[in-house]
Amino acid sequence: MKQTITEKIIARAAGLPSVKPGENVWVDVDVLLTHDVCGPGTIGIFKREFGETARVFDPEKIVILPDHYIFTKDAKAHRNVDILREFAREQKLPYFYDPGTESYCGVCHVALPQQGHVRPGEIIIGTDSHTCSHGAFGAFATGVGNTDAGFVMGAGKILLKVPPTMRFRLDGRKPDYITAKDMILRIIGDIGVDGATYAAMEFCGEAIEALSIDERITLCNMAIEAGGKNGIIAPDAKTLAYVRERTDKPFEIITGDADAPVEASYQYDVSTFEPCVAKPHLPSNYATARASTDVRLDRVYIGSCTGGKLEDFVMAASLLKGRRVACETCLVPATTEVALDLLRTKIEGKSLIEIFAEAGCVDVAPPSCAACLGGPIDTFGRSRDGETVLATTNRNFVGRMGSKEAFVYLASPLTAAASAIRGTITDPRDI
Amino acid sequence: MSNRIRARVFVLGDNIDTDQIIPAEHLNLVPTIPEEYRRLGSLALSGLPVGHESYVAAGSEESAYGIIIAGRNFGCGSSREHAPIALGAAGCRAVVAGSYARIFFRNAVATGELYPFESSESLTDEFKTGDEVEIDVESGTLTRLADGRVFPLAPLGAVAPVVAAGGMFGYARAVGMIKAV
Repeated sequence: MKQTITEKIIARAAGLPSVKPGENVWVDVDVLLTHDVCGPGTIGIFKREFGETARVFDPEKIVILPDHYIFTKDAKAHRNVDILREFAREQKLPYFYDPGTESYCGVCHVALPQQGHVRPGEIIIGTDSHTCSHGAFGAFATGVGNTDAGFVMGAGKILLKVPPTMRFRLDGRKPDYITAKDMILRIIGDIGVDGATYAAMEFCGEAIEALSIDERITLCNMAIEAGGKNGIIAPDAKTLAYVRERTDKPFEIITGDADAPVEASYQYDVSTFEPCVAKPHLPSNYATARASTDVRLDRVYIGSCTGGKLEDFVMAASLLKGRRVACETCLVPATTEVALDLLRTKIEGKSLIEIFAEAGCVDVAPPSCAACLGGPIDTFGRSRDGETVLATTNRNFVGRMGSKEAFVYLASPLTAAASAIRGTITDPRDI
Repeated sequence: MSNRIRARVFVLGDNIDTDQIIPAEHLNLVPTIPEEYRRLGSLALSGLPVGHESYVAAGSEESAYGIIIAGRNFGCGSSREHAPIALGAAGCRAVVAGSYARIFFRNAVATGELYPFESSESLTDEFKTGDEVEIDVESGTLTRLADGRVFPLAPLGAVAPVVAAGGMFGYARAVGMIKAV
């Protein structure tokens, strides 16, 4: 029976020869991910339902990456990290990345693959909607709430409804001013914020194969903004090279049947794409950057799992080198590894950190989710009343970055850098 | 959860995302801590734009509106379970939407906090905030009390007994799938 990559992964995890869209199946979970915002609630449910002295289903399959409210004075935020700390100690969890220690990493969806916890063919469940990012590695990865996660914590299994697949074929040679962010904003603009609800968004084609791992993560990261259950890219040599450098754990390489039936098919030629933005207040509110040059910016924000990885900063630095920014430009590396990479990565002999400093950017912040989702009042980069922000993040709903009276435009790191230089939304080609 | 839900409705539009339902700055509250569960209720829909009518009156822990009527893609955005929990803690017993984002729908059922009904036709133009209605869970209908007009709701199917049992774990224990702790 012909199956897509998503169907094959679910079938394997369910111990079945095949599955069909719409079927509900129990699958074994390979990785359960949580963080400081949802972890305490998940632990509360686990203890309430399985017992105060219950043991997690497998300590090696649980990864706790605090990342949301870390660099804040908020007392409850600190209390929540303490809850995680105590649980990790009690359950002897090997994969707890404790803030304030050398093992702290930062943003969970960038740290998870960096720490070797993402492998092709596996089932990754996370208490965070952007868990879909990890489909970039050819895994089935999706976000759930505390109750589902509490159940997985005790039982090691989850009930999944097999999603139908929507196939997005992106061909053509990608111009150097186009990024994965432009690609996914275009797709979401076309199908809407509920265009892929309950579906698997499968990305393929020569332009996808040409994407780096960081760029594939950016693409799959925003599948949820179209309502997708998961985003996925078949694993290839690039995937294996990345994964094998970070983990020795064995895994199975699963790919789909090319002629498996899918629910919908879309074809794009990326050579025709233009740098774009999502205007307030929906990720689907597509416009080209060139059509938005009247928008004056108070701030440019480069960070998050979507746009705070090493390559995102390389893209930004490539434009900012030798130039000055015209508006406040905030930089938040996603993880401690990315922060180190800003020091060690050079463009024509200058480190990225130097390039950003000479361009007049605000000093690079410590790695965390920071203002992508607003957060406590003292969060770095939190939006202010009346402000217009252009961000490399994933959502621009009202109040998303803090203030209900701010306006957030989403864009690629190239468009962000170009816009920072002018102080208005700017197409990177026009710098 | 009773078989009939009689309440005043609160009407919202499309794409009510979870940042509007419970802004991120309140996610430091842990829903399994009773005092913080109640506080989440007082903050339900506090993310609605400035100038919008409040779902929960200032200083209150519960809403005057036990049923929410909304458009498409209700609960989109983040997976925060705090969203259906805040609504349930505020006294919301049911949402009747044109459609749902999947994580919100799943969380509403798993927690048993509210019934996530889908209406076959758009109801957002038919009602205004404050109208009194009665939902019959079993027959899947919503009746406007002012004129007796009946609106059909999409069948909840397997979801209804899960919510009625108080969520996923309550249901699993009630049917013997897992033994009581």
